[in-house]
Amino acid sequence: MEITYGSHKLLKGESLFMIEKCKILLIFVLFAAISTAFGADPEELTVFCGAGLTGALSEIGEIYENSSNVSVKFNFDGVPALRAQIEQGAYADILVSANLKHMNALMSEGFIDNSTVKVFARNKVAIIVPNDNPANITGLKDLAVPGVKILMGTKDLPAGDYALMVLDKLAMDPEYGPGYKEAVLANVVSQETTVNRIVSKVAMGEADAGFAFNSDVSPQMVGKVTRILIPDRYNVEGDFPVGVLSQSKYPQEARAFIEVLMSEKGQAVLDRYGFIPVAEK
Amino acid sequence: MIGEIISNRFGTDAGGSCRVIIQSPRLRGSWRSKALKAGLALLMLLTMGFIALPVASLLLKNPLDTVVQTLHDPMVVDALRLSLSTSAFTTVTVVLLGTPLAYINAKFRYPGKEIADSLIDLPVIMPPAVAGIALLMAFGRMGILGHYLDGLGISIAFTTLAVIVAQIFVSSPFYIRQARTSFEDVDISMENAARTLGASRIYTFFHVILPIAFNGLVSGAIMAFARSLGEFGATIMFAGNFQRRTQTMPLAIYTAMQGDLDVALCLALILVIISFLVIVIVKTLTRRMYENVRN
Repeated sequence: MEITYGSHKLLKGESLFMIEKCKILLIFVLFAAISTAFGADPEELTVFCGAGLTGALSEIGEIYENSSNVSVKFNFDGVPALRAQIEQGAYADILVSANLKHMNALMSEGFIDNSTVKVFARNKVAIIVPNDNPANITGLKDLAVPGVKILMGTKDLPAGDYALMVLDKLAMDPEYGPGYKEAVLANVVSQETTVNRIVSKVAMGEADAGFAFNSDVSPQMVGKVTRILIPDRYNVEGDFPVGVLSQSKYPQEARAFIEVLMSEKGQAVLDRYGFIPVAEK
Repeated sequence: MIGEIISNRFGTDAGGSCRVIIQSPRLRGSWRSKALKAGLALLMLLTMGFIALPVASLLLKNPLDTVVQTLHDPMVVDALRLSLSTSAFTTVTVVLLGTPLAYINAKFRYPGKEIADSLIDLPVIMPPAVAGIALLMAFGRMGILGHYLDGLGISIAFTTLAVIVAQIFVSSPFYIRQARTSFEDVDISMENAARTLGASRIYTFFHVILPIAFNGLVSGAIMAFARSLGEFGATIMFAGNFQRRTQTMPLAIYTAMQGDLDVALCLALILVIISFLVIVIVKTLTRRMYENVRN
């Protein structure tokens, strides 16, 4: 068929033909829209996942999709936000959390099928600084220097909660003391609601340092941020749990997803992202 | 008659009587117009219910004594104080900077006016997250301008100033647009009369144009104030989230949603009440302005 524009006038038959075609197209589009809106979709797992796990869990989601004919839809956000959404009635099949606190709360409220909850990885707190390190931070003590701009999570965000635990441990040590904790907290310029926002703002160089996880120097962030390790005696090893929601329409598939997460392949992905894998027991 | 129509509609009495109804223009007209009215009324109720229900739910899900108690929560007090003071500061700045601009755009033609106009309106349409990242790229520590400011020891990101910068960016169009229309609505003959009577341009502006446009300017300023109060996306990206310093009411709502829902609900309620007041004030002022113009 030839399509011409401008001065070419359509013949009467031709134009009627065009209108008919448009009608058919319109009906087709409407039908498609309605069927996507109301149609029973094929099996799809809805996974609510802590934002810091975005990279690793996306990869594991692909592994799962390839091994089954179920697709996975993620909702990545700060775990407290995900918890609030679930408590307000949002639908999810699986919750992947960055600490036990929120998982336990949802378990006691009856939102989680308690028999499915497993710790799938562990993680440690890390201090991240922009690669050019404008405030010249090389150790923990540098964080207490007045004027250093530090980002932290809110106290409800796992990353913020763990960071406070580390600061408490440091405050107990006479080498640092309670004054150290206060000085660091006085340098906090923002309490972010996802750990990703801490990492990206540090990567942009807007802040001098941020409290995040070992796993946050993900493959995408290498070359943008540098990690400053916290000695083990001050660090905390956080448990990252996963669980199936009681309301899940696909509990079998959800359990299969957790199996992939715990499998050798899944654990290898987590290891690559800097999580501490848990050995299958 | 209604029974007849219903029975016809359901096809239990297909045939003769049905044709009678369709053929009678009077009957058809009244039936159709009634149906149309009923349909429109239903549509209106649905739309209004859709807007009213969430607002009403905020009130219903929020026991008054909890709200009163939560009002003393430091997070609420700090957010309220910060929001009101930054929005007030923003409004004053926008009025001072925006009024001359609006006047020029209302009264004069100059090359590139179209571009200037579109630029002024841009933040209204720009998604807040885009505004946030744009502000970071401009005024952030590594930003185009922020880079030099940082060299001078001035840093904007993560300070209360950043909150104000974000508010000015998003709310200025609301004032400038309204102010421009208000200036355009001032009858040129008033201005001419003043000028022919020997008043200077500046005297004419302050004693003739400004009083006539005043109500319009005030409602524009209130709109800008309201928009500043509600600013969220650009603030959380550019100014961060820290109680007393950058945690305005919308940010406090977002943060509290993940911890203390009562705080979130209490702040939400305060914002709803302020929004209502804003609408009432703006409507009254605009009505008065048009009455003034007509007289």
